[in-house]
Amino acid sequence: MAFEYAPAPESRAVVDIAPSYGLFIDGEFVESSGGGLDKTVSPATEEVLAEYTRATAEDVDRAVRAARKAFEKWSALPGSERAKYLFRIARIIQERSRELAVLETLDNGKPIKETRDADLPLVAAHFVYYAGWADKLEHAGFGPDPKPLGVAGQVIPWNFPLLMLAWKIAPALAAGNTVVLKPAETTPLSALFFADICRQAGLPKGVVNILTGDGSTGAALVAHDGIDKVAFTGSTAVGKQIARTVAGTRKKLTLELGGKGANIVFDDAPIDQAVEGIVNGIFFNQGQVCCAGSRLLVQESVQDELLDALKRRMSTLRVGDPLDKNTDVGAINSAEQLARITELADSGTAEGAERWAPSCELPSQGYWFAPTLFTNVTQAHRIAREEIFGPVLSVLTFRTPAEAVAKANNSQYGLSAGIWTEKGSRMLAVADKLRAGVVWANTFNKFDPTSPFGGFKESGFGREGGRHGLEAYLDV
Amino acid sequence: MSERLSVFKTYKLFIGGKFPRSESGRVYEVTAATSAADAAGKGNWLANAPLSSRKDGRDAVVAARKAFGAWSGATAYNRGQILYRVAEMLEGRREQFAAEVADAEGLSKAKAAAQVDAAIDRWVWYAGWTDKIAQIAGGTNPVAGPFFNVSSPAPTGVVALVAPGESSFLGLVSVIAPAIAAGNTVVVVASEKAPLPALSLGEVLATSDLPGGVVNILSGRAAEIAPSLAAHQDVNAIDLAGADAELAKELETAAADNLKRVLRPQPVDWSAAPGTGRLLAFLETKTVWHPTGSLGAGGSSY
Repeated sequence: MAFEYAPAPESRAVVDIAPSYGLFIDGEFVESSGGGLDKTVSPATEEVLAEYTRATAEDVDRAVRAARKAFEKWSALPGSERAKYLFRIARIIQERSRELAVLETLDNGKPIKETRDADLPLVAAHFVYYAGWADKLEHAGFGPDPKPLGVAGQVIPWNFPLLMLAWKIAPALAAGNTVVLKPAETTPLSALFFADICRQAGLPKGVVNILTGDGSTGAALVAHDGIDKVAFTGSTAVGKQIARTVAGTRKKLTLELGGKGANIVFDDAPIDQAVEGIVNGIFFNQGQVCCAGSRLLVQESVQDELLDALKRRMSTLRVGDPLDKNTDVGAINSAEQLARITELADSGTAEGAERWAPSCELPSQGYWFAPTLFTNVTQAHRIAREEIFGPVLSVLTFRTPAEAVAKANNSQYGLSAGIWTEKGSRMLAVADKLRAGVVWANTFNKFDPTSPFGGFKESGFGREGGRHGLEAYLDV
Repeated sequence: MSERLSVFKTYKLFIGGKFPRSESGRVYEVTAATSAADAAGKGNWLANAPLSSRKDGRDAVVAARKAFGAWSGATAYNRGQILYRVAEMLEGRREQFAAEVADAEGLSKAKAAAQVDAAIDRWVWYAGWTDKIAQIAGGTNPVAGPFFNVSSPAPTGVVALVAPGESSFLGLVSVIAPAIAAGNTVVVVASEKAPLPALSLGEVLATSDLPGGVVNILSGRAAEIAPSLAAHQDVNAIDLAGADAELAKELETAAADNLKRVLRPQPVDWSAAPGTGRLLAFLETKTVWHPTGSLGAGGSSY
């Protein structure tokens, strides 16, 4: 039986978007030295939301100089004063979280349900958590008086624009660094909004600088001689390029890159709960999540039962207007990303896997991809090896726990994994053998500022979150 | 034109989130510190504070115990938010507390204000500890066997605090905040001669989203109230910060009856960075074991 839903749109009137934005350098919005303007669109409608500035190498230089100048005083402040600035920022984010949730949904295409209930609470919590560390660095286990690195150059992706900003800026500032941050070219708006929050919080100028732009802006930032630290979240290919760029310099590097997470379901798993976890694992944020559970490894004996239940559940997913409060799956972030997902999914069919998707009507405007499932997938298939970064699940099977572990670890990546079993000892033994930085048991895609996040192998190095997350921004 | 006549505040206890008078109906005179030379104590009268009875103390313990389940079960993040809210509320009443502390401790306005500022910042300091203390006081233990083994701190329970006598506000906050940051609930015996900042703090806590009963504040004679708290079978720990050597010995002896954790009085510079001592003093360590099984070469053995 199908339920009919009336539209339940969140109002977009809560947020003001300027027609065009400059660069946020040294505490104010300024014009570029010569970079042009780019447009950011709503992926759900292709409507132009605003124009933003493409920062040049000269702009990067200006921002790094501002950050360097600000570093002297910021790093010399008592930690308790830095803490209070960060608490102010956290509280203003909490106050303005509805504005930010709507803005993020407009610019990114993800459902308002997610920006409102996941992204924004986590953003505020991240600032709260690291605010508390600012005056406790000597207790963090890195020696009696750990020092900041200096100026951090930070490049973030489009899948969680503001959350990735929080993961980068909060620990950097807590530790006493100043930052130059470049948001992704398809999602610059929440970072530009954040500049206004810095103003309201009275943050000293130059401590946070925001440069919008494309890959060339990011490359100029990473290569700049005046930075002491590079933090990047994005694709493994770009991560490797950055690693080459900083080779031979004194720049400290942390990378949070791609993944091909295995979600392992044993025959004793609670099936309904596992189905919810699988759906969350691959369709949360349209699967555009580095730690997505994009490979389902199911024990043969429960394969039929599980896949029947999973297909039933997928048929109830509501795909459409991201601003609608009932929407489960929103728009793909860009035409470019949609093309990549489409190409990889087609390779799945071409290589012999069996494709299934529920019938669902996709809007005629914008970038959309229906939740999709592949069975009969082998480990050699591209859809089992390459990160799709979209709502596409590849299903493989196994017979023994050892086989499950071997298949899960058969990947260049090692970011996340899931284990579904009622038996605690099995869960812990499998978790012990998985080469992945985050392992969720009987849950998936859980995040918390106190909990370190990051990968093994080619999923990158360094951790964000928790006490461990401070290390990336301290001279230790 | 005559000067406007001010309205005096009736200072009351803070128990279970409410503001009762002492059940005994007793009060005692509180005078400004500068008039201490006046033997009769009537020179510079500030207020009549409730003179708490042992029964008030027992009521406070009941309230603290009732609040313990929800407070210790709240997320560390939630507790941190509430402690930070206390700092926010206090910042707005900075002037009032500076005046009360100046009277209570005989300080200049500037020195009293510095005490209040430090007390506000102390709430911020401990707000940041709620979700970090487990990360420095706990951890996994690499036991020599197929077991997952993790130790985490857990709050001790209801803690009785004999607040410092001299530092009526900064010292008071410095003993309350760490105990509740760690998830305990407390019964505080305020500074005997300078209880007014403590009683006013109750008004701040009542408007800071802090659940009723997490902090209970009594004014009166420590020598009268504290022994029954030290002997109380439903109190799990006692901080003797404000007890003199003789009282401290009596209280520690009484506390032994149900093996309360005892924090002995020691010289403390309340304006210095507090460290983690008072957080760790009222935490238990809980270690959980779970078998992990093993992955044998010929398959799985679990």
